[in-house]
Amino acid sequence: MTEVQRPGIVVVGASLAGLRGAEALRDRGYDGPLTLVGDEPHRPYDRPPLSKHVLAGELPADATALPQLTRLRAQWRLGRPAAALDRERRVLHLADGATLPYEKLLIATGARARTWPGDGADLAGIFTIRTRDDARDLRAALAKTPGRVLVIGAGLIGCEAASCCRDLGLAVTLVDPNPTPLARLLGTAIGATLAERMRGAGVDFRPKTMVRALSGEAGQVRRAHFAGGEVLETDLVIVALGATRDTGWLAAAGLAADAGGLTCDGACRAISIAGEPDSDIYAAGDVARWPNPLYGDRPMTVEHWGNAVDQARHAAANMMAAPSAQQPYRHLPAFWSSQFGLNIKLAGHTAGADALALVQGSRASHRFLAVYGKAGRSIAAVSFDEARWLPAYAEAVAAGARFPPFPDAIDQPRVERLEPGFPAARPPAHRAAPALEASHV
Amino acid sequence: MSDETLFAQVLDPKNRADPYPLYARMRETPVSRQADGSYLVSTHAALSSLIFDPRLSSEDLPPSRRPATGNPLKDWILNPIRNRVVNAHRPLIFRDPPDHDTLRGFVMKEFTIARVRDAHAKVATLVDALIDKCRGRDTVCLVDDLSYPLPVAVICELLGVPEADERQFHAWATRLATALEPDARHDEAGRREIAATFDAISDYMRRLIREKRRHPADDMLSGLAARGGRGRPVMGDIDLISTAILLLVAGHETTVNLITNGMLTLLRHPDELEKLKADPERAPRVIEEILRYEPPVHFRTRKALGAIAVAGATIPAGSPVVLMLAAGNRDPARFTQPDRFDPERNDNQHFGFGGGLHYCVGAPLARIEAEIALVTLCRRLVAPRLLDDPPPYRPGASLRGPKNLGIAIAGIA
Repeated sequence: MTEVQRPGIVVVGASLAGLRGAEALRDRGYDGPLTLVGDEPHRPYDRPPLSKHVLAGELPADATALPQLTRLRAQWRLGRPAAALDRERRVLHLADGATLPYEKLLIATGARARTWPGDGADLAGIFTIRTRDDARDLRAALAKTPGRVLVIGAGLIGCEAASCCRDLGLAVTLVDPNPTPLARLLGTAIGATLAERMRGAGVDFRPKTMVRALSGEAGQVRRAHFAGGEVLETDLVIVALGATRDTGWLAAAGLAADAGGLTCDGACRAISIAGEPDSDIYAAGDVARWPNPLYGDRPMTVEHWGNAVDQARHAAANMMAAPSAQQPYRHLPAFWSSQFGLNIKLAGHTAGADALALVQGSRASHRFLAVYGKAGRSIAAVSFDEARWLPAYAEAVAAGARFPPFPDAIDQPRVERLEPGFPAARPPAHRAAPALEASHV
Repeated sequence: MSDETLFAQVLDPKNRADPYPLYARMRETPVSRQADGSYLVSTHAALSSLIFDPRLSSEDLPPSRRPATGNPLKDWILNPIRNRVVNAHRPLIFRDPPDHDTLRGFVMKEFTIARVRDAHAKVATLVDALIDKCRGRDTVCLVDDLSYPLPVAVICELLGVPEADERQFHAWATRLATALEPDARHDEAGRREIAATFDAISDYMRRLIREKRRHPADDMLSGLAARGGRGRPVMGDIDLISTAILLLVAGHETTVNLITNGMLTLLRHPDELEKLKADPERAPRVIEEILRYEPPVHFRTRKALGAIAVAGATIPAGSPVVLMLAAGNRDPARFTQPDRFDPERNDNQHFGFGGGLHYCVGAPLARIEAEIALVTLCRRLVAPRLLDDPPPYRPGASLRGPKNLGIAIAGIA
């Protein structure tokens, strides 16, 4: 007898955003029934360590559970993904046939890893890194010392995976259609430093390279066939092609949802296909596409840890507030990454950058801070092993400071102006569906 | 309108014993302009933001009114904060990146965990020996008996100063330390004496460095003096000497205050003294709270290279900026009941060791020295009682601490 009295609030998605959102509801005094629905069988866990410490073998995959910061008094429906949403009847259908009525809904279903779209997808030895189980399986495979690892895609996850493989002493080839790693996120000028760094660490980085097909023997992957005709012997492939938003279950819900996310208004309320916000349905985390006032109300999704936490708490606050008291969500996207002995941090949104200035440190030392500009304004700052100054620059970016923001700072006699070098068009490389990367819509 | 004389009042010796009411008034205006054009920064939030602001320089400090002597190192000693000297001759606390980072990197590489661990044993032996010397007396003069000799001995050991020279080194350290008070005033004779001391210690260091290069030992100076790639020295002699003097003076003047302020605070809170005596495991919490409540360094000076908007005010380019670290440590917006000495408090993010890129290099060592000294004092001094409250203070308003701390005792355990 769980469906007693009122249906209460249902949180769809039991990862970081879902958990922090549910906690925020309780912290703000929500006392009614609370249900968390998750497609994985696990309680909420932390993803950043999966592509770092877990692959390195420093942390078991099941030791990544997120701490619960508030007593939730919640019903957990784990291992049962949401299948459909009936807004008219205010009912959520689960994949196992169960139905869950709701008064209000917080959607935090996140994203899922894009799998290998080409030939050979059914071979053994091909991995993605998104879930705890993915990381556990990949770790087990890496521990068996494969001959050569191929990583497809030099985004954040691909680079971190390549770094871990080198730390494990494994031979690694990393391919990407762009001229440098992290080209879409940071541009090729900064990406070139990372390329240098990873080559120094022994990675066989192949820029402007696409994989056409994977092939194998006895069901096990053995070779990668590059678009240029070359064949690479490999027995372990990590597919790091970004993620698609988990919105398939919303197909018939009448909400503005697609593989790029669920569209929301500034207050994180889901927008219907008629363009009206549904005042009982909110979204947060990777799945939410909302107009960010910090970037001229440009709709964006932000697939980073900090946004999952902040947006979930913000959405929860709005769920508890009177419509007139709801606040728009402002967020400066930010991420960190550890790879090849570097601490890389970004604050801001680099999309559309037309200028780049190295304002602290130097590229030669692999220790620097650079600022991205767009139309004379500072829009983002990235640091390589130089995070100490980042908060000051992040504040300037959030305030829309001119570019570069501080002409008068220490360590600046060597300010270097560069072309940021963002790839113009998305190359049609190893992808089936329209590709959407972290922070880019 | 904020009070434009607050900083002058902080410098006034009559406020030395209790500057905290002044700090409370300061925080009413988180960034406040003083009559001389400098800006006081006193809230925890504003300090946190500024210590990571690349527009604050430690290098380009406002010029001194005093005449330069022509010897940049000597100028630094005579006019520690204000003098503008040639870049290459300044110790790293008065340098900005990238030079600062390079120099600091060398020092950090030598400040190894193994060395700090070795120092632990040495400190324990030293503290016991120093307390043993007080046997048969009914009074301990804490500064002379323990707080002062301990850090000099430790830094000598760490640097690799031969034991035979320690007494001489100690005397030099004392004289240089007086010169380093940010608000020190010296008469002509005093300045001549300091200059002579400086020349003497520099010559001594130069000889010692040569010796360490010839016969390297397992000490910091040998490590710093070692040759790097292509047989070239890692650091130039002038940087080496200024770094060694910095480690000596900075590492030692501050630790004196940490130990003395710590014991003073414990004697003023006898229940806390008893708790520490009963449970030495509390020491880390006690030390952190002392670093917040009565820190060894109260403020540091910087210069704004550009205009900086902070806490609702704008500091104009070129202004001297005084980071009132000790005021931030008592900010009620950051700490609940900030004027209460409470080792139980959590999230104790104080500025006791400064912050940002100039965060104290010797913090781990200072913690060990203070921990062992205070725990041993609590254990061995029988029925300790403060003789003068407040005690007489040394002149410094930034490196602030008692000149001496008389403690009546019923014996030594």
